[in-house]
Amino acid sequence: MNNLGVIFKRELASYFLTPLAYIFIVIFLFLNGIFTFYLGQFFERGQADLQPFFEFHPYLYLILIPPVAMRLWAEERKSGSIELLMTLPVSLSEVVLGKFLAAWCFTAVALLGTFPVWLTVSYLGEPDHGIIVAGYLGSLLMAGAYLAIGSCMSALTKNQVVAFVLSVVVCFLFIVSGFPIVLDFFSAWAPALIVNTVASLSFLTHFDAIVQGVIDLKDIIYFASLIGFWLFANAVIVELKKA
Amino acid sequence: MQAMVSVNHLTRKFGEFTAVDDLSFVVPTGEVIGFLGPNGAGKSTTMKMITGFLTPTSGRVEVCGADIEVNPKASKKQIGYLPEGAPMYGDMTTERFLRFIGQVRGFSGAELTRRVDAAMARIELDEVRHQTIETLSKGFKRRVGLAQAILHDPPVLVLDEPTDGLDPNQKHQVRSLISDIAHDKAIIISTHILEEVDAVCSRALIIDRGRLLADGTPRELETRAEGHNAVELVVAVEHQQQVSSSLQAVDNILRIEEEPLDGDRVALRLLPNTGIDLLASVNQLITEQALPVEQVHQLRGRLEQLFRQLTQSSSAQAVNAGGQS
Repeated sequence: MNNLGVIFKRELASYFLTPLAYIFIVIFLFLNGIFTFYLGQFFERGQADLQPFFEFHPYLYLILIPPVAMRLWAEERKSGSIELLMTLPVSLSEVVLGKFLAAWCFTAVALLGTFPVWLTVSYLGEPDHGIIVAGYLGSLLMAGAYLAIGSCMSALTKNQVVAFVLSVVVCFLFIVSGFPIVLDFFSAWAPALIVNTVASLSFLTHFDAIVQGVIDLKDIIYFASLIGFWLFANAVIVELKKA
Repeated sequence: MQAMVSVNHLTRKFGEFTAVDDLSFVVPTGEVIGFLGPNGAGKSTTMKMITGFLTPTSGRVEVCGADIEVNPKASKKQIGYLPEGAPMYGDMTTERFLRFIGQVRGFSGAELTRRVDAAMARIELDEVRHQTIETLSKGFKRRVGLAQAILHDPPVLVLDEPTDGLDPNQKHQVRSLISDIAHDKAIIISTHILEEVDAVCSRALIIDRGRLLADGTPRELETRAEGHNAVELVVAVEHQQQVSSSLQAVDNILRIEEEPLDGDRVALRLLPNTGIDLLASVNQLITEQALPVEQVHQLRGRLEQLFRQLTQSSSAQAVNAGGQS
């Protein structure tokens, strides 16, 4: 897997070769600030924690993660460089993982940029730092799941806009599957097992648990298997397009 | 000579359309194969399958003895490939791009730097070393593509239209590069420039509609062209009638073409029946009858002629077949 590192480095560097990376990071931090301080009423709550900060991440990621992932494969297909890449002595898993990890690492950099929020809350009160670390971990895991979906959707098309729209739709389904609007539809006729399964597919159920500070293995496994599943689908799609 | 690339009954279908139809050939070390064919003949599709980018519908490709489907990584290590249109990462600089390719090819440290510098020197890319690829001219892009293909000095080179978009000097440079490195490599190039085949290829394959129509050295193929061994007589216009009527006596003339020349002269081109050399009998006739002929030439067949003969008749057949079905 020594080529994994080479692919990863090239992909990560390519984010910073265009203004996209900087624009993305600025917008990410800006929106985080708005959500936390205005909508989340960070100050008015009078509590020393980052709940209002993490609470909006699922929705923020819905809009901001697909643009990070949409270029991963669609751009290669559009420019034809996929032909060069796939005829180099690299395995498919090295390419899929390298691209995904680069996107994930880039997202982690953007997320790290939010550390002043942590400083603020530490200055104002005495937060439970363990819960905050858990929140960051959960947020990063969830971002990984969004990225894996986005990467898979990007492999379907050479058009980045199509890739973006598809990712938003699929990610949206994974958010709302925990909402009454979806669950009511199932609970009217389906047995409880199915309703619970659908509900347990939601990002929110698992993310909220982690953000509360409860790092349960099943939530970690949920995100890890989601990432694994979508990256596997990603590889299958790339392989199918070859034949 | 060991077969570096062997293609066995390769077929590729896209839905109903058959892009490559039961193609078989072998490329030994030291040979430069020219893939000739009209646009859409299946040249690029074949190259994509040889390099492992596309999976064949049926048939096999072996590179250095390894099946590309079974052991893709090992095969791909042996190949340098310039894809059609030389696609690359436009946002990278020439040097960074070549270093990336070198790293994927398994080089690092001083060896990587040496390889990249050598390839850039060989293709004369030094002046664009720090320029991003998307800002390069078409010719430079093509040359960066060539540089990445030869970076690891592979035993097999597959170059899809390597001189497309280059000016005559650059074309010449690329052709001499190919000739220079050909002795210990198996090289496949595709082109629709016929002079290129004469200039660099030791063997030419003419394909159309995915089928192999001709396979041989450029010289051999020329002999198959209509008009090969034709005899051209240059006579003054006032003697044309006399000479033409005398020529009726010569056997095996398929037909006679006339072409007016400057200074009231005319060229009579005698096309022989296949495989016949007319020169001796025509010479004899001229001497015996003391015909007023100013010049006698024997003409070689032209690859271009054969190309048109083969590809046009194959498309005519296909149209007929389509009409009947």
